[in-house]
Amino acid sequence: MSTNMAKSNQYDNEDTVKQKTLQYAARLGDDSLILGHRLSEWTSNGPFLEEDIAMGNVALDYVGRARMFYTYAAELAGNGKTEDDFAYLRDERQFQNYLLLELPRGDFAFTIVRQLFVDVYNDYFLTELKNSNDPEIAAIATKSHKETRYHLRRTRDWTLRLGIGTDESKAKMTKALNDIWGYTHELFEPDALEIELIELGVAVDPRLFKEKWLHDVQTIIHEAELEMPDADWAVRGGRNGFHTEHLSMLLTVMQSVHRAHPGASW
Amino acid sequence: MDIIPTISNALHEKIVRRNSSEFTNIWNILDVVCDPEIPVLSIWDIGILQDIEFKDGKYQIIITPTYSGCPAVDAIKEDTAAELTKNGITNFEVKTRLSPAWTTDCMTVEGNNKLREYGIAPPVDVPNGCALHVTPTENVLCPHCRSKNTQIISEFGSTACKALFKCDDCFEPFDFFKCI
Ligand SMILES: [Zn+2]
Repeated sequence: MSTNMAKSNQYDNEDTVKQKTLQYAARLGDDSLILGHRLSEWTSNGPFLEEDIAMGNVALDYVGRARMFYTYAAELAGNGKTEDDFAYLRDERQFQNYLLLELPRGDFAFTIVRQLFVDVYNDYFLTELKNSNDPEIAAIATKSHKETRYHLRRTRDWTLRLGIGTDESKAKMTKALNDIWGYTHELFEPDALEIELIELGVAVDPRLFKEKWLHDVQTIIHEAELEMPDADWAVRGGRNGFHTEHLSMLLTVMQSVHRAHPGASW
Repeated sequence: MDIIPTISNALHEKIVRRNSSEFTNIWNILDVVCDPEIPVLSIWDIGILQDIEFKDGKYQIIITPTYSGCPAVDAIKEDTAAELTKNGITNFEVKTRLSPAWTTDCMTVEGNNKLREYGIAPPVDVPNGCALHVTPTENVLCPHCRSKNTQIISEFGSTACKALFKCDDCFEPFDFFKCI
């Protein structure tokens, strides 16, 4: 009997880990999808043709990343749900993306500054995530990291170009840095679920690379002849499903076709 | 200029996998399935077709996407299924597998040559080879006039797998199939 008890406990644990991994995969999917959608809003609005195409391609990389994470989350759920259920049939409070990623696309400087923070972050984050002991999450990270390295190069170039460019571009970059800074803190604050998964070797501990991230971001910002932001406020809540008012509008646009025509395909 | 076709480990392993497979007929059937966005490249040439296995009475066609968001994957799955059905094979599944991740190393020598003839600079036509998996910003061999006097215009071309270059000798723009 005691053996049976131990066995059933073991199964319970496996089940809990699975549930938590599911939630983690869905969060990473949310991060990718929401940012991918924001970037896609530049399509046909880019400053010039090549940049329009580039932004669309980066957006595609993120939407693809979201599909991989959601597909895996759906597989773990094992209840017949698909990636589409995650993307189109959940409400604002069920999304757990970081707030930084849902902010409106703003002007081009705003988009570039956000990408700078995100790309440097993802370069470290995905490098670590490749070592996750969950093989599927590790495989998605390996694939995505190649793309992020490439994104970072372009974002760095744009940061230099706009920072050193004209008085106007410099002023816009400075404003963007200060407007966005307060949203970066929660990227380095794992919650209880993530801490548990970090201990199990599934998730990444972003606290470990915060200093490196800060150093890299600072280096690029100084190269671009800009000042590090000194805003002393911080906004948090994405991982708990507390969002800015912008997410609900984004979801309304993104989900409208699927909700109006359930199951439509072309 | 002559190009010595050295072969990467990834490509070598891929060729061994095909040559030691007992499902030669399936590999051969799928040689006509091409990337819808670069119709000169078969899914074997480009490295999307990763393996063929047999499980539970079904052929498992294992494919791997080039880029995460590559919209061609769905079309490729449909084309693969259609081609097998056309050849009377009905017991199959087309499955996506992410590991090992696709790299430009998986592209065959023939694939690189076909790309060049098609007017797209292949990943091997870079100054130091594509083993470093870094897309250069200059000196990619122009597919039109073979000049090395070229430079990047945009990190992204018409699809996620390409960057846009221009040639400073023949003044033609061209797509370069990125090294990753
Ligand atoms: Zn030329």
